[in-house]
Amino acid sequence: MIEFIITLFSDHTLRIVALGAITIGITAGSLGAFAVLRQQSLLGDAIAHATLPGVCLAFLITQSKSSLILLIGAALAGWIGTLFLMLITRNTRIKKDAALGIILSVFFGFGLVLLTIVQKLPTATKAGLNKFLFGNAATLLQEDLTIIATLSAVVLMTLLLLWKEVKVCVFDEGFAKSIGIKITFVDILLTTLIVIAIVIGLQTVGVVLMSAMLVAPAAAARQWTDNLSVMVLLSAAFGALSGLSGAITSSLVSNLPTGPTIVIFLSTLVVISLCFAPRRGIMWDIIRYNKSRKQIQTTTMLKNLLLFSEINTNDPFHPHDIAALDAIGRGAIDQTMQELKNKGWAQQFKDKRWALTPVGLKEARSLTEEYEKGLITEN
Amino acid sequence: MLTTQFEIMLLASLTAVTCALPGVFLILRRVALMSDAISHAILLGIVLAFFITKNLSSPLLIVGATLVGILTVSLTELIIRTHKLKKDAAIGLVFPLLFSIGVVLINKYTGDVHIDADCVLFGELAFAPFNRLYINDIDLGPQGIWVISAALMLNITFIFFFYKELKLSTFDAGLAAALGFFPGLIHYALMTLVSITAVSAFESVGSILVVALMIAPPAGAYLLTNRLSHMIFISAGIGIISAIGGYGMAYAFNANIAGSMATISGVIFILILFFAPERGILANMVVRKWHKWDFAASTLTVHLLQAEIEDADYTEHIVSHMIRHMKWTPEYTSEVIAQCIQEEFIEKHGSKLVLTPYGREKANLSLVKN
Repeated sequence: MIEFIITLFSDHTLRIVALGAITIGITAGSLGAFAVLRQQSLLGDAIAHATLPGVCLAFLITQSKSSLILLIGAALAGWIGTLFLMLITRNTRIKKDAALGIILSVFFGFGLVLLTIVQKLPTATKAGLNKFLFGNAATLLQEDLTIIATLSAVVLMTLLLLWKEVKVCVFDEGFAKSIGIKITFVDILLTTLIVIAIVIGLQTVGVVLMSAMLVAPAAAARQWTDNLSVMVLLSAAFGALSGLSGAITSSLVSNLPTGPTIVIFLSTLVVISLCFAPRRGIMWDIIRYNKSRKQIQTTTMLKNLLLFSEINTNDPFHPHDIAALDAIGRGAIDQTMQELKNKGWAQQFKDKRWALTPVGLKEARSLTEEYEKGLITEN
Repeated sequence: MLTTQFEIMLLASLTAVTCALPGVFLILRRVALMSDAISHAILLGIVLAFFITKNLSSPLLIVGATLVGILTVSLTELIIRTHKLKKDAAIGLVFPLLFSIGVVLINKYTGDVHIDADCVLFGELAFAPFNRLYINDIDLGPQGIWVISAALMLNITFIFFFYKELKLSTFDAGLAAALGFFPGLIHYALMTLVSITAVSAFESVGSILVVALMIAPPAGAYLLTNRLSHMIFISAGIGIISAIGGYGMAYAFNANIAGSMATISGVIFILILFFAPERGILANMVVRKWHKWDFAASTLTVHLLQAEIEDADYTEHIVSHMIRHMKWTPEYTSEVIAQCIQEEFIEKHGSKLVLTPYGREKANLSLVKN
């Protein structure tokens, strides 16, 4: 392990890959938090697919494979895609999901046409643009890392400077409008930041899966906290962690594309978060549910024991047959009786007959009283 | 050569129509992006089924892909039902994972076989005619045509027999449930159709372009008509035009056919978006402009009517009045007056503006309306 870490930081390529993936994870994770909260998770998918024709056109026009030029082309195409999206949803009755689908598939289809044209050019080697489909972290160069780091810094600084405005807009647009925040401005700004975050990850993760870099860390982070700052930080951390693990794994193992590897790491984090995050996790839901069910079972049984005694005899400690108790109970009779016994509220007699104890009687009386009081106040 | 071209165009057209049929309902039910999710995720089903059969043309591939398609829908709905995440995030999580597992499996374990992620994403229509179906050495044409025709027949049959149920559960799920039509069942049946359609089409057009053919033609048709039956036929028509136009474009530029089909379907959608007779952007602009002018004319005539009742001299100052009180610019005011004179709402008597009987009627009408 230690040896591995030493290799990681002494190996030039691996160091660039690791730093690149961490930066992309942090940027995409932070912005993804806003995309998920604003219910725009699939916007990233559409933008990412829409960048493909931009990459190809930039190459066709400039004949240059410089990352910066290709990324500028990608960003422009992504931007035009979102403009079309707004044009469609604001002017027609076509809903957002259909508009996203059209942008995503048509832009990608057009990109594909351009890609096949590019590949037939004598100047193009096939590997050049293909990495934009599924990503290849191993192709990152020092120059790419500089671009990624610079753009990420710009994105994160902008977010930090306009934190208050963005926060208000995410949670209460009406209030934001009333205190004079320009919602359209914040909307366009956030979308632009998302476009940039997507574009810097294209080379590493690819257009097909880049959206998961936005959605998954944020969806995982959401489960751990109700606080926006904590969520953004956590999301960034999840993004960085998965980006690093995925990029390193795919660089070390042959024939493993980076994008899918990162997505699998991310999804693992999401599943863990959905199941085990404190308070919100599914596991806690199940525990809470079982606990309250058990409580209902025992209190109902306690009241039933009292009810039976009052109806049949004047002796509140009269033992009753377990079958009769089961018939009007709420299931799980054996555990319920055991629970009552443990609490000292009921005792067992021979022939599986059960009766209240004095403590149990007091508890049952107070429960019944509480219940009747509840009925009266309700009426 | 001619027959090869014809076969490609036939296959492309059949694919476009097959995709457009379930697409209509996806659009109307606002679940268009499930097609994106399903068409990506089926890759995993194809790969897993391929591991079992070791045969790329086995019908088991279709079964596997369909099952994974349904799995995608169920997983997404499972996540939504936990209320931990919203619908869009749930969709955005499930299909990238399934797709990623598929891509990794392909890359790691099928290195020497002709199946790769590229071909699933893009498809290659141009090769379809070479993969022919033979029974007893009789050439029955490209296998792809038979597969997609079967899917098409299935879609047509389903929509024909369950038209009423589909229509009701699409437009009023609550009423459908109340009448005992099981909208949930219809939903899953439709998603199964989408999966089968996607897997039948993927070999020819690739998974992402399945999305284009499922969404773009019905979305265009949605802007052209209000009738479900018309929408289905228009979508199919747009699909066929996209298919044949796309083939032409691919032929001209020597480019990927499926990509060209998606591009043409996008171009047709943009044309409809701008020029659709009632719901296009241009038509909207004309209507908006007319409303603005109509409102201005109403305002002017009502003011003149008021002036007639109160004080006749008032009309002489009507221009400055409109400028002051209605915040109209002098140019806009004279424009409206000129327009009103042309429409014979008002007449000019010297410097005075007088309502015509027709103009008086309009003023009264707008007063009644408001």
